[in-house]
Amino acid sequence: MSQDRRVVALHEHAAANLHYIRETMERAGSFTAVPGWGGVLMGLCGLAAAVIGWPHQGTRTWLWVWLAAAAVATACGAVAMALKMRAKGLPAVSRPARQFGLSFAPPIFAGALLTIALARTEALSLLPGVWLLLYGTAVVCAGTYSARIVPLIGVLFLFLGAIAILSSGAVAQVCLGLGFGLLHLVFGAIIARNYGG
Amino acid sequence: MVARRARKAAAPRPAEPEVQTGRVAGGDTSSLDRLIHERLRLGIISALAVNDSLTFKELKTLLDTSDGNLSVHARKLEEAGYLDCIKSFERRVPRTDFRLTAKGKKALERYLEHMDALIKATRRG
Repeated sequence: MSQDRRVVALHEHAAANLHYIRETMERAGSFTAVPGWGGVLMGLCGLAAAVIGWPHQGTRTWLWVWLAAAAVATACGAVAMALKMRAKGLPAVSRPARQFGLSFAPPIFAGALLTIALARTEALSLLPGVWLLLYGTAVVCAGTYSARIVPLIGVLFLFLGAIAILSSGAVAQVCLGLGFGLLHLVFGAIIARNYGG
Repeated sequence: MVARRARKAAAPRPAEPEVQTGRVAGGDTSSLDRLIHERLRLGIISALAVNDSLTFKELKTLLDTSDGNLSVHARKLEEAGYLDCIKSFERRVPRTDFRLTAKGKKALERYLEHMDALIKATRRG
């Protein structure tokens, strides 16, 4: 009877230890410098582009508005990430940072090439869906190395991207504004509040 | 400015891992590595297993522990040859980096196998 109790205790202890190891590895292997405040700024850039670009839908002006917004948003995100890493004392070349970057980059690279190809063939109406889908893919992939909220943001981008690519111009524009504007703004604020800036 | 801890040369023979002996429901606990069985040391080894290296500050934040506690346990692991400790200066501020050694990686693998075997043995029993 007493030996039975001991066996159960050891079994539970072993399971608890394995759980602790897994949990520690998960936390230690996560990229925790996803910038919340940077996300808020990126969201503001997205909203601004949605408002400014709305009257120019389907034209080159619309494309340039969004490309300029993307450049400003990328700079904001990069600076905010660097500041967060510095504040937390995180190295720029840690394994989680490398995994996050390597997972994020390929879909963004594909998106850039598709943007050039679609712009050359004047198929601008497809761009909102393509951008949302590929950005969502990048966030989902990179998010597996970060906090659990990050892949969720990616899934929402994919959802909006699916609607955008199957819809008409106006709906696609709304999805674009909701994704790069509102989603960044809301989840940026959540990350800033709950994940240290 | 990176300087390996000089203490290594002067230190006595590295401490061998303590072991718990006995047999429980078919699971042999004689080879259980008591050195990493302790919770904080297990945390240090686990965190370093998924990172090339971690600083003292990162480990302290990650494991939510005090400077003293982390120092004591990290030193025990270092003395056993499970960790490499690299001291340096970053803008005149001392910085300590920890890396898991091959011996440390093997110890964690053995420990994981042991825990797994213990659970399986208990289920069979």
